[in-house]
Amino acid sequence: MAAWNDQRLERIIGTVLITGVILSAAVVLLGGLCYLIRHGSEAPAYHVFHGSPPADRSVRGIVEAASPSNCQAVIQFGLLLLILTPITRVALSLAAFAMERDKTYVVLTAIVLAILVYSLAGEH
Amino acid sequence: MMTNLEFTALVFLIAAVAGWLGALTGLGGGVVVTPALTLLLGVDIRYAIGASLISVIATSSGAAAAYVREGYSNIRIGMFLEIATTIGALLGAYLATRTPTAILSLIFGLVLLQAAWQSSRGRPSDSPSNKEDPLATRLKLNGTYPSDEGPCPYKVSNVKTGFSLMFGAGAISGLLGIGSGALKVIAMDQAMHIPFKVSTTTSNFMIGVTAAASAGIYLSRGYVEPALAMPVMLGVLTGSMLGARQLVGARVRVLRWTFAIVVGVMAIEMIATGVKGAL
Repeated sequence: MAAWNDQRLERIIGTVLITGVILSAAVVLLGGLCYLIRHGSEAPAYHVFHGSPPADRSVRGIVEAASPSNCQAVIQFGLLLLILTPITRVALSLAAFAMERDKTYVVLTAIVLAILVYSLAGEH
Repeated sequence: MMTNLEFTALVFLIAAVAGWLGALTGLGGGVVVTPALTLLLGVDIRYAIGASLISVIATSSGAAAAYVREGYSNIRIGMFLEIATTIGALLGAYLATRTPTAILSLIFGLVLLQAAWQSSRGRPSDSPSNKEDPLATRLKLNGTYPSDEGPCPYKVSNVKTGFSLMFGAGAISGLLGIGSGALKVIAMDQAMHIPFKVSTTTSNFMIGVTAAASAGIYLSRGYVEPALAMPVMLGVLTGSMLGARQLVGARVRVLRWTFAIVVGVMAIEMIATGVKGAL
């Protein structure tokens, strides 16, 4: 398994990060243009905190709500892709450390991944 | 009265300038987005920190993609310290949902003051250590970085102190929706004696993961308002990409001072808002 060294891992991680950012920015832009076409002439209301719509607050809600008829949820889906980008990076590192048979770092990386999954999937 | 279209364009511009300044000075744009949104546009601080946190993930991931290929960042140091920053970020994000907004403004102001001070001082000099931490050896944290004379080895010291400081940096990041890269660099550069270039690149690498840990909580609490986060994320990303490609050379001192003054003024305004709100 000599091919699995840290340098190769770093190159793969670099590609994953840049792809995630570009993909999410594209989805956010698409959702944003759609939102502005439909709601661009309305008045913004961010002075008082009401919280984002309930459907935009969970992974399942966002995935179910994202459609051409709900532009805000499309933006939120793009933002979800962005949040998933560093999480994917950690998951990849876990796989690479497992292939290197580096037990210490498999455990350390698994802890980080568990914290990230708990934050995104848990009810808070 | 502004329309959504005008408001979005204005937020995009502000975010782009913040991202541009953040990339040029190396301090990150996230820290000025929230005060700009709350002070200039009257946005509720909870919406502002939600949008800012999202932009932090975008710039960190974008910049880290370039850094990892250069071979300066240390994946093991990053992963080990991310345990501390992500737990800190969870705690910080929980605290954010329970802290009155006036107190959030106040803490934000104090963090900005620190950033202004650090910006005016510039890059600290490397302080290599000969003391070896057995924990660093056990965790394989010691590494090498590329230099003109080939790979240059370095040793990591004070692992426990660095880990504790990282927990604090993570908590601040989760509480205020910022990258707190400055605090991360202090922990690595000053406490753990990691070379500056390795500290900054590894810190940047960690910021995205730290921010992702609080993002889930922000999302479920409704802090991430899509229509506001959209121009903030796209603006900061555009600005920081432009800034990263620009060579500033000798003007870096002027820029640092400009940034320090802007951040200092914002700090005082945020503290004033916090004090007025708390009374």
